[in-house]
Amino acid sequence: MDSNFEADLLKDVVLESQEGLDAFDRELLALERGESSVEGLHKLFRIAHTLKGTSGCLGLTRVETLAHSGESLLSLMREGKIAPGRDVVGALLRFADTLRIHLRSLAGEGEPPQDDAGLIRDLQALAEANGAIPIERPAPVPVVTPLAAPAPSPTPRPTQAETAIRVDVHHLDRLMDLVGELVLARNQILQFAGQQEDAGLLAATQRLNLITTQLQESVMKTRMQPVSNIWSRFPRIVRDLSQELGKNIGLVMEGKETELDRTIIEAIKDPLTHLLRNALDHGLEKPEVRRAAGKPEQGRLSLRAFHQGGQVNIEMADDGAGIHRDKVLKRAMEKGIVTAEQAPRLTDREVYALLFAPGFSTAEKVTNLSGRGVGMDVVKRNVEQVGGSVDLQSEAGRSTTVRIKIPLTLAIIPALIVECARNRYAIPQSSLLELVRVDPEGGAQKIEYIDAAPVYRLRGNLLPLIYLDQELGLAESARDSRRTVYILVLQSEGCQFGLVVDSIRDTEEIVVKPLGKELKNLSVYAGATIMGDGLVALILDIPGLARRAKVVSDVRAAAQEAQAGKSRRESDLQSLLLFSTADSGQAAIPLARVARLEEISHADVERAGRREVLQYRGEIMPLIWMNLESQLSAGKLQVVVCNYGSARVGLVVDRILDAIDDSAVLQPGTSRPGILGSAIVKKRVTDFIDIDGVVRNAGSYV
Amino acid sequence: MRVLMSNTTQYCTFYLDQMLLGVEVLDVQEVIRRHEITEVPLAPPALSGLMNLRGSIVSCIDLRRRFGLPRAPKDLAATNIVVQTASGLASLQVDRICDVVEVANECFELPPETLRTEIRNLIDRVCKLDGALLLTLNLVRVLEIEN
Repeated sequence: MDSNFEADLLKDVVLESQEGLDAFDRELLALERGESSVEGLHKLFRIAHTLKGTSGCLGLTRVETLAHSGESLLSLMREGKIAPGRDVVGALLRFADTLRIHLRSLAGEGEPPQDDAGLIRDLQALAEANGAIPIERPAPVPVVTPLAAPAPSPTPRPTQAETAIRVDVHHLDRLMDLVGELVLARNQILQFAGQQEDAGLLAATQRLNLITTQLQESVMKTRMQPVSNIWSRFPRIVRDLSQELGKNIGLVMEGKETELDRTIIEAIKDPLTHLLRNALDHGLEKPEVRRAAGKPEQGRLSLRAFHQGGQVNIEMADDGAGIHRDKVLKRAMEKGIVTAEQAPRLTDREVYALLFAPGFSTAEKVTNLSGRGVGMDVVKRNVEQVGGSVDLQSEAGRSTTVRIKIPLTLAIIPALIVECARNRYAIPQSSLLELVRVDPEGGAQKIEYIDAAPVYRLRGNLLPLIYLDQELGLAESARDSRRTVYILVLQSEGCQFGLVVDSIRDTEEIVVKPLGKELKNLSVYAGATIMGDGLVALILDIPGLARRAKVVSDVRAAAQEAQAGKSRRESDLQSLLLFSTADSGQAAIPLARVARLEEISHADVERAGRREVLQYRGEIMPLIWMNLESQLSAGKLQVVVCNYGSARVGLVVDRILDAIDDSAVLQPGTSRPGILGSAIVKKRVTDFIDIDGVVRNAGSYV
Repeated sequence: MRVLMSNTTQYCTFYLDQMLLGVEVLDVQEVIRRHEITEVPLAPPALSGLMNLRGSIVSCIDLRRRFGLPRAPKDLAATNIVVQTASGLASLQVDRICDVVEVANECFELPPETLRTEIRNLIDRVCKLDGALLLTLNLVRVLEIEN
């Protein structure tokens, strides 16, 4: 029992001391920046003093001796006998680091430091060099002073320690599980009570309902932690690295209090640290370089966290050298990620996306900080694992901004529930773009096949399809074209694909639960959840599913795909306005020439000379009848207002049918006066109107 | 602790086909007669699905499949024995649950070499009860299911 108690005590002491040392770092850095305050010095002293006291109690002589020498130096600083110069702060930071190593070794992680004697000597030398009393004798003086000193703060408020307790995370997880179960039971009672007439029961049920919801929210909150838990280490990293690199960098942090689920906090810790190191090492320049470029000598690195649309955004921006598009492309071509032909056509966004490709590094020189080619791809993977996304924007010579978007919590996510082969599956809403229902009578809107690969035309782009039942190895439903199916348009790693399911249930907030170890290596599942009826439903992992179905190969394929899609659109597709003409024929004009569609009354048509005109927005617009018979009809007229040079003309048509994107090719030998030619559009012969020709000929018509 | 307290061990016993098997009572959390199970496509065959045990997702292991035995007859509704392991809860689907028996530790022998390897790997020891042989499960190995 005794040894157990001691172990627990030690654990607590280590945890508390580590927190204390983090605060110690913060105060020291503030001191170095010149924001020294009496209170800050008191705090520093108290931390060192507490450490000395507790380590003494536990018989940790080495820690005690070390803490004592630091404490003595701090005591002199507090009395104003020593100024917090760079050397003093440096020594004290080393002091904190050495104490950390001690604490880690006490917690059973790693070895204790070799020898503290050097550091202790340095601390003493600093104390003596500043004309203070040599610290040979034991120092009863500093021990007494803090106790005797009145509280520095005039209004003593409850500190963090008084209002907070430490709870094992497993208790919180268990609590979360139980609340989930309570919600389920509540739902069942609500359903049951709905069928009863008893007013008392209904009122009690309502109360239960309300309390359960509040309880759920409160328990969720216990798992939230401010993002400052990660950021608190950053000022120290920035200080150390900028000194090492000979740079002058100011760190600005905004939105420290933004809260995230603890699992997400854990997941983005390393990616954020990596991005920070990247910005310090590659992004921000040395003072002389900055001066030459006409920028202030001090580089600025800003971190911002904020909520937006149910997600947390974390932005890291620097005003450094930025990233040169050409450098990225050059490296990408060397690595064979893009070809020389593709390179000039990629958009900036696509170019910067290449930085996240595995094995990519633009640093010309590999330093010990970053640039080993592992990094950005790992950052991306880590962030995507928690359902987030990373985006990089840069302006060469001026700035780089990395934006991470992550969900608030992993524990509860919005998801779409679908059904396939009589089983329900949940699909995280974050990867869902849209839903398409494919009806058997849909006509042209159907699933087509290229060899055995199903595809769907989604607004002119081919969307590769995968059938969920097939991917999951379930009894393959007969590919019955008469059956109504649903396509979920999903996005994964920058690539779109369609997932075919039998039916769609609903969107729900689901509680994500991990799967057992037996299922951990099945990459198609992200977890499981419990549905309202108490049954388990699996949550699909969309990136995993895409990899399994091989719809996403790599960045190159994605870039090519995007490129191919774009050129197809540009060369062949054009937007057309379809309308009906005499004898209910179909005609088309390019949508680009159409300014507006107007419905006018026949009575508004006026005559100017021998021409029929319309007063339109203060101008006189000539009207051209596409069907002379309708000139006789009274009532409403459909007018397509077309651009003709800088002027406008109105084409009066029978009926406007549709506006579509089509890649129709004119049949040779079909051109006539006023008609460019004919082609088949939407299964009908369609005349393509030569607007310019029609206007030129207008005189002879009228 | 349990070793020190006595030289007998309690087993929760059950039938699987013709075999009488047992798991240590201290490993058993509860026994559930019927429970709805959600299938997991692509999972190892011995994993029959997942169930919701008061908010925890528990993997169900079809012990017949794990032992390479024929499928249970249709009219036999499997019973679930929920066991606690180092890596969480798991449920074993068995044909029929029997008594808890207390067995003296000296009654045990190693399983005979002639036993089929698949089964032998999953069995710790054999105990000679009156009129029956009790095979004790090696839970760790039973739950080591690979794809």
